[in-house]
Amino acid sequence: MTGIERGVSLYSFQEEMFLGQMSIEDCVAFAAAIGAKGIEILPEQNMPGFPNITDADIGWWQDLMARHGTHFTCYDMFLDTKRRKDRLMTDEEQVESIHRDLRLCHRLGIRNMRVLVFVRPDILGRCVPLAEELDIHMGVEVHAPWHLEHAWILRTIDEADRLGTKHLGILPDMGIFMKHYPPAFRGRFEREGARPEVAQFIVDQHEKKVMCEYTIFEVAVKMQGNPAEVRMAETLRHAPYANPKRIGDYAPYFRHIQAKFYEMTPDCTDPALAYDEVIPELVKAGWQGALSSEYEGNRWIQDVEPVDSREQVRRQHVMFERLLAQREGEAV
Amino acid sequence: MFDRYLIDEKSVRNIGPADAPTGFAFEARLGYYRGLGLSMIEELNITVDGEALPRAAVLFDEGPGPLTLDEMESAYDRRWAFGAPATISVDYSGGLAPGEHRVALQQKLRVSYMPFPSFNFDEKKVTI
Repeated sequence: MTGIERGVSLYSFQEEMFLGQMSIEDCVAFAAAIGAKGIEILPEQNMPGFPNITDADIGWWQDLMARHGTHFTCYDMFLDTKRRKDRLMTDEEQVESIHRDLRLCHRLGIRNMRVLVFVRPDILGRCVPLAEELDIHMGVEVHAPWHLEHAWILRTIDEADRLGTKHLGILPDMGIFMKHYPPAFRGRFEREGARPEVAQFIVDQHEKKVMCEYTIFEVAVKMQGNPAEVRMAETLRHAPYANPKRIGDYAPYFRHIQAKFYEMTPDCTDPALAYDEVIPELVKAGWQGALSSEYEGNRWIQDVEPVDSREQVRRQHVMFERLLAQREGEAV
Repeated sequence: MFDRYLIDEKSVRNIGPADAPTGFAFEARLGYYRGLGLSMIEELNITVDGEALPRAAVLFDEGPGPLTLDEMESAYDRRWAFGAPATISVDYSGGLAPGEHRVALQQKLRVSYMPFPSFNFDEKKVTI
């Protein structure tokens, strides 16, 4: 057995929740039904009264988890540094806002907090004493276009090392392992007017891992690309393929993974993100934590087809089971 | 991410006396995957049949009572919740004339982690 558990972020069902087609309970019940017992929440999405959360609210969530045999894995925080029009939050206000989230996270009984990638390492350092007291791991989201070895991310790791704490680290978003250009992106841009031959050029350039600015210049200037083509080329700025083989080096710094994906094929493979390379590395590293589905394909297909987030998440979990079972088989 | 769902086209209606409408109103949702404090909603730009309406003509109410966009700037204790409809009403003398109109809404948001403002846009054909 690996120490990797399967889970779901409620972010995955944003289309159906936004449209009132799924309730929170529907999401949790579905996750439980596919064996994804770890639930990640975004209080600012899932708790309408945020930040004024009563003990009755907390009780409702805890009863919900008990009813479905699920448990919380992660709390996704936000930080509104631009809350005021006339000035940014002061450092003290930022620390206080993060403290507020740490306390709510603790009241919910959650021990991992996803921290937005833009939060400054020194601000997080000031929050470490409370995180330690409440036993919460603050993980800075390693989200494209950042990646595991981006200098900004390394600053958080340096801060954690400097403080000698286990309560500050990172939290990878699997979008950083974009080995292939997502067909869902391409389809959307073609519907918006990108010519198939230009779209193919962009896909080929990504496949060859040509640095994005070359491709953007080719498309925008040399090819005189239309707006949809230029927008498609510009997505390459946010399409890194980090090296899965370095995961082991960073595994001590994370306890949770946002398993981002844009689409799953009917045979339950991810056409874009290199889960088949990432999961073996996680197993090899002996990593323990949750692979928490984060479906983000709705925005790419909602113009042409009804979004079925449940089916997409189900397929991803079939893939997780397959990849995890393969590794266990090899270990034996 | 939710642009196509911002305006509830079925909700568009004239307001004020039936024989002398003073404007129109509709239900709208925030095009964002979480809720947001009202102070970070910088603009609700509305056009009717291509005509941009003045900022001062717009009132917003997520429940507790209507605010102008200027008042929203310091409404630190109010939020527009995820997926929740709010009422946008617009001073527009005479209201929308009977027939078909194009009503558009652009939301400009101050999302702290983004280097630039976030824009959402929806346009719906409505019949009065």
